[in-house]
Amino acid sequence: MLAAFKRIIKSGWQGFFRDGGLALATIFILAMTVFIIASFFFTKDIGRILISSLRDKVDISVYFKNGTSEEDILKAKEEILQVPEVKDVKYVSPDEALVNFIEKNRNDLVLMESLKEVGGNPFLASLNIKSQQASQYEAISVFLSKADFSDSVEKIDYFQRKSAIDKIFSVAGLVEKVSISLALILMIVAVLITFNTIRLTIYNQREEIKIQRLVGASNGFIQGPFIFEGFISGLAAALISLIIFTLICWIFASKASILLSDINIFQLFVKSFWSLLLVQLAAGIGLGVLSSMIAIRKYLKV
Amino acid sequence: MIKFENITKIYLSDTVALDCVSFQVKPKEFVSIVGKSGAGKTTLLKLLMAEEKPTEGKVFFDGTDVNSLKNNEVSFLRRKIGSVFQDYKLLPSKTTYENVAYALEVIGLPEEEISKEVLQVLEIVGLSDKVNNFPAQLSGGERQRAAIARALVHRPEVILADEPTGNLDPYHTSDIINLLLRINEMGTTVVLATHDKETINNLKKRVITLEKGKVIRDEEEGRFIL
Repeated sequence: MLAAFKRIIKSGWQGFFRDGGLALATIFILAMTVFIIASFFFTKDIGRILISSLRDKVDISVYFKNGTSEEDILKAKEEILQVPEVKDVKYVSPDEALVNFIEKNRNDLVLMESLKEVGGNPFLASLNIKSQQASQYEAISVFLSKADFSDSVEKIDYFQRKSAIDKIFSVAGLVEKVSISLALILMIVAVLITFNTIRLTIYNQREEIKIQRLVGASNGFIQGPFIFEGFISGLAAALISLIIFTLICWIFASKASILLSDINIFQLFVKSFWSLLLVQLAAGIGLGVLSSMIAIRKYLKV
Repeated sequence: MIKFENITKIYLSDTVALDCVSFQVKPKEFVSIVGKSGAGKTTLLKLLMAEEKPTEGKVFFDGTDVNSLKNNEVSFLRRKIGSVFQDYKLLPSKTTYENVAYALEVIGLPEEEISKEVLQVLEIVGLSDKVNNFPAQLSGGERQRAAIARALVHRPEVILADEPTGNLDPYHTSDIINLLLRINEMGTTVVLATHDKETINNLKKRVITLEKGKVIRDEEEGRFIL
């Protein structure tokens, strides 16, 4: 048993090296597929973080009428915090609002000019409310319009921003669905190409398989080296893909941070290194071994 | 030892390859099956190797109905048979040594024993100096001797040789036939399929003549008459 196993390993190893170019081509295709699969898992994580950070940015602001005392507003804040859907409430005083506005629009001369024209502080005191989930804003805004302090409320900006908020969520959801579908299609295509490459490699050796059968080799003895070759190819492909992945994440981390300020890609890569390694090993070895097993079956019927 | 019982083989295209063929081969016999191309010689050997199934009739090897064997049992039958083919059927990615050793590896012999047997058999067929050559680096005659070495090395009960000299010049032909005769003298049954008239006439052994899938003659010390 052990001798047969050793022979299968030896023969698989020999076959792998004697195949030369064909083995390299198989590894290349496999590595590409493994890379696509790993990218799918990785970008799914990034997408999830992006969408949740987008959701995080959505809030409702309640503006209080001029002259409402800070005490009343803070009381209202306490009241709002009692609502189970509410995650956080932040008080922004008129002075703070002015400072924020100037900070944000310092370079916009027209706006600054207009502010000067208006004179004084045109901003109202407000409460910024964040909900536990995006879908709860509607309920919160209904609560706000019926609350005890609703008389001192100048406006709730949810109703003005409602359509924009809904649009953002529906676009984000659509983007997520489309990208997952596209990635899945790409993955299926890549898997089929890999399977076909391995099938062609084995098709190339169908005559040898037939000879082995005629000499009296059992199916396991013939299949073994091919499966082992698939294993080596898959392992090599996974490692190559991992190296490429690491390099890409490392090189693009700084560039991507300009675009995606909330995420450090390399840190995220380091965090999910082990699961990515596992995905790549499983995809590479699984594809290599399974494709070999399926492709060879046909030729063992001699 | 080998028994063909009313064998008929019809291929899908309605070509009748064998038509009610019956004969037996006794242990240690040297039997030549002769006939023109397409007479059914190769089909007969393929039926014995369980490479093909007969349309009608039965093939027995050592009392076992060859066609009742399952796919995984067929390999055990083939280990009792050594096959030599016109196109050699050597494994191109293996050296001469590895090709011959393969027949012993499938049986599961230990490495030391394989090495001893293979080198001995390669010496018998005169290929001691080509041990590490790949088939592509051998001449036609050398390839056929390597194929015979592989068919011989596991000491099968019978050797089936299908046109083993078909691709060889007269010098190498007699070389191969003499080798088969020596193997037969050592006690192995030999079934030789050929259309080489001169070879058969010099052998003076049993000759079964096939024509259009039928046995038309079966003679001890027969000649090639067609």
